[in-house]
Amino acid sequence: MLAFTIRRFFQAFVVLLVVGLVAFSMFRFVGDPVENMLGQERTDADIERLRSQLGLDQPFPVQYFRFLEGAVQGEFGVSYRQGRPVAEIISQRLPATLELAAVSAFMAIFFGLVLGVFTAIRRDGWAAHSIMTLSLIGVSLPTFLIGILLIYVFAVELNVLPSFGRGDVVELGWWRTGFLTESGLKALILPSITLGLYQMTLIMRLVRSEMLEVLRQDYIRFARARGLKEKSVLFRHALKNTLVPVITVTGLQLGSIIAFAIITETVFQWPGVGLLFINAIQFVDIPVMAAYLMLISVMFVGINLIVDMLYFVIDPRLRGDRAKAEG
Amino acid sequence: MTAIAQAWQSDFMWSFRRSPVAVVSFIVVMILVFGAVFAPLIAPYNPFDPATLNLMNGFSKPMQPNAFTGETFWLGTDDQGRDVFSTILYGMRISLFVGFCAVLFAMVLGVTLGLIAGYSGGLVGTIIMRVADVQLTFPAILVAMLIFGIAKGFTPVHLRDQMAVWVLILAIGLSDWVQFARVVRGATLVEKKKEYVQAAHLNGRKAAGIMLRHILPNVVGPVLVIATISLALAIIAEATLSFLGVGAPPTQPSLGTLIRIGQGFLFSGEWWILFFPAVTLLALALSVNLLGDWLRDVLNPRLR
Amino acid sequence: MAQALSNREVVLSVRDLVVEIPTRRALLRPVDQVSFDIGAGEILGVVGESGAGKSMTGNAVIGLLDRPAHIASGEIWLNGQRIDHLRREQIRKIRGKEIGMVFQDPLTSLNPLLPIGEQLRETILEHLAVPQREAEARAVAALEEVGIPAAAERINSYPHEFSGGMRQRVVIALALCAEPSLVIADEPTTALDVSVQAQIISLLKQLCHERGTAVMLVTHDMGVIAEAADRVAVMYAGRLAELGPVREVLTRPAHPYTTGLMASTPLASKGRKRLNQIPGAMPPLARLPEGCAFHPRCPRAEDKCLQDPGPSLAGCGGRAACWFATEAVA
Repeated sequence: MLAFTIRRFFQAFVVLLVVGLVAFSMFRFVGDPVENMLGQERTDADIERLRSQLGLDQPFPVQYFRFLEGAVQGEFGVSYRQGRPVAEIISQRLPATLELAAVSAFMAIFFGLVLGVFTAIRRDGWAAHSIMTLSLIGVSLPTFLIGILLIYVFAVELNVLPSFGRGDVVELGWWRTGFLTESGLKALILPSITLGLYQMTLIMRLVRSEMLEVLRQDYIRFARARGLKEKSVLFRHALKNTLVPVITVTGLQLGSIIAFAIITETVFQWPGVGLLFINAIQFVDIPVMAAYLMLISVMFVGINLIVDMLYFVIDPRLRGDRAKAEG
Repeated sequence: MTAIAQAWQSDFMWSFRRSPVAVVSFIVVMILVFGAVFAPLIAPYNPFDPATLNLMNGFSKPMQPNAFTGETFWLGTDDQGRDVFSTILYGMRISLFVGFCAVLFAMVLGVTLGLIAGYSGGLVGTIIMRVADVQLTFPAILVAMLIFGIAKGFTPVHLRDQMAVWVLILAIGLSDWVQFARVVRGATLVEKKKEYVQAAHLNGRKAAGIMLRHILPNVVGPVLVIATISLALAIIAEATLSFLGVGAPPTQPSLGTLIRIGQGFLFSGEWWILFFPAVTLLALALSVNLLGDWLRDVLNPRLR
Repeated sequence: MAQALSNREVVLSVRDLVVEIPTRRALLRPVDQVSFDIGAGEILGVVGESGAGKSMTGNAVIGLLDRPAHIASGEIWLNGQRIDHLRREQIRKIRGKEIGMVFQDPLTSLNPLLPIGEQLRETILEHLAVPQREAEARAVAALEEVGIPAAAERINSYPHEFSGGMRQRVVIALALCAEPSLVIADEPTTALDVSVQAQIISLLKQLCHERGTAVMLVTHDMGVIAEAADRVAVMYAGRLAELGPVREVLTRPAHPYTTGLMASTPLASKGRKRLNQIPGAMPPLARLPEGCAFHPRCPRAEDKCLQDPGPSLAGCGGRAACWFATEAVA
């Protein structure tokens, strides 16, 4: 267990170093930072001064190390477009994305699990059949079209939900939350459905197929033969075994929720980091792009690590620390 | 003639004829591709020729004569009086062109890197596969956005709109090579262990050439399946990027760009500017997807 | 009733049991007109080839037939209570409490994610009205009884931490922990190493003997039958071919199929020089021949066997369902 943990941490570290190298290379080689930061009226002395100030006269590895040093402390320089520190812009925008992602993830996992289990248990019923057919269509729909469709139905035709923005927010320290106002909660509904729907479909289909597989196993038959209640057979024995493979995929899905938030945020003009990233790409605002890349990598690598560790918690067969008894 | 008859009788064609989903999807794809390729001949207007545009025709409803000019447009017109049907045909050209080229690029890159990784093994192989693993941790669309952003940074400002389509191809292609590389590497590793390769080594001959001739036929099936599914994904990826405003520019709109433009008119009631491009995109992506699914079942059930 | 039962209390009584599986092409009868009794403390061996209906009979008794298989007719009585038509919830309460079951493969019968003690406790708490601590003690006792060394320490181990033989002991402990009056053991040794097989069989035999538990021992292994069973039921193509005390059936088989089965089994005690095969194979249920199902393979088949299946095992009185059985017994 310990050796495994250390190895996974090391791998995660290497991945982050590589991503850091990509981010730094963007910084250093895409366009000229000095050109980008100085206006039209500049002297050669200005350029020289800024060059050494930014450390651009140092050898490449030193610059890379400096960049990493800054990145660890959350320093990513100044946005070319907004002229403010990137860290400040991102920390202002991050709560919006995290709240959206958390609600979507919760919905995707909750409804994915419930519907997956339901369609597995009642697999011959008409309800399960209709859910499965609907989910097939859901998988083929591009995310942004789902968003537009929801806007059309609920904002344009029915006019019951807002089509853009976060509504009113409340400041809790530096964190701006939309959870505490009615308009904030209303504004969350459509974006979170848009973002969560696709992941929910995937989780549901996965849970269903894994659960059906588990229900065919001998230990389920044996649990029934021991006279356990059907509820206990399904939820204590079958569901727990279903979750083992489901956890990995779901973990990775959570990662992509943060990435797909870019699309949802654009459709709904949601003021999060995804929209920030898209605007950064449009205006080639490299520091913001690099910072976003690092931020999302840390999240992805972190999620992967947690998923791996969860495996140990849930599956005793992977814990190698108990001596295997001979009989 | 007999060759065609024979091909019609083959297992492949037989299972094709027996699958209504495959037949319908194929027909839809063919119609759309035909429309895209021959757009200049079919389209009633050239939406990008300012001379033919008449702002008075703006916001014409589908199938109804325009209030000012009396002209009738099948699917209506947008704010600038461009015929929606024509813009869809031209938009599909861009969407399909980007999709095909991106997949072709991903395929060539993936197959080559897969062969190298499988054949040479060692450090080069490890590096290639590690890069593939790292890239796989991130969703393809994110990788494509990032590459698009970087490539855009390298493009001189005045060329950005012109180069956008090529940058898109590069970005989507680079985000999608991993699948191809994995399959080809797997096949190469299997082939490498076979006796004729060992024999070639013992004879002091180069096994690479012979292996190539053995590996490529083996991977045609899986690569074709991955390519078809990738095509659907690439079309959606292109539409998504263009919709987000980091793809095809308004001067050269793809289906995604058209949807982006159309979204602006959703609240004012001009639904057709958005609706028809969206339905076209959906039909295109869905039918290519279903065709890919069918192809996977026929050619390689194990890929499931 | 049957001869060997005279001095025992009847625990399980199966009468004219018919299990049917409706398929698109035909109505299959994997169990057809099967009747037998098992007394307290008695072990009834049920033998036959795969697909003869042995396991299906066991599953029917415990109420675990997989749809679309179902009991079409006949009766099953357990300790004087009729159980074949009970509601799902009622038969569930009987499973584990009155009828214990041991499956073939101990590697897959235990939930890999729960400690064995947990699986024992949930079974005990489900069926016996005892407090948590008592259940804990009983779980340890159950493991000790089946011969798990250091049971109190191993109780929180997971199934993968035990060997195959030990796992089958755990499975037996689970089947017996609520002290059922009947145990159905479905090929309990087939998946085990030969060296462990005898241990498991003698454990099962000893435990049931001590408690007076009736055992239905389903197997295709004549050696296991000879070792453990008091009486033996031979099944062929869903029907009971022969039923009788084990010594008699083994030494003087009354049904030509039993004769063939014995001739093809290496029994150490018999000292036979060569093994004979029964020609052909058991027909699939969808294509059973007219008359006696065994006639295409039977060396003694006559014209009447082709048209009429012959005398049935009337109740449990007769020995064998065969035209020639009476002469053999006589």
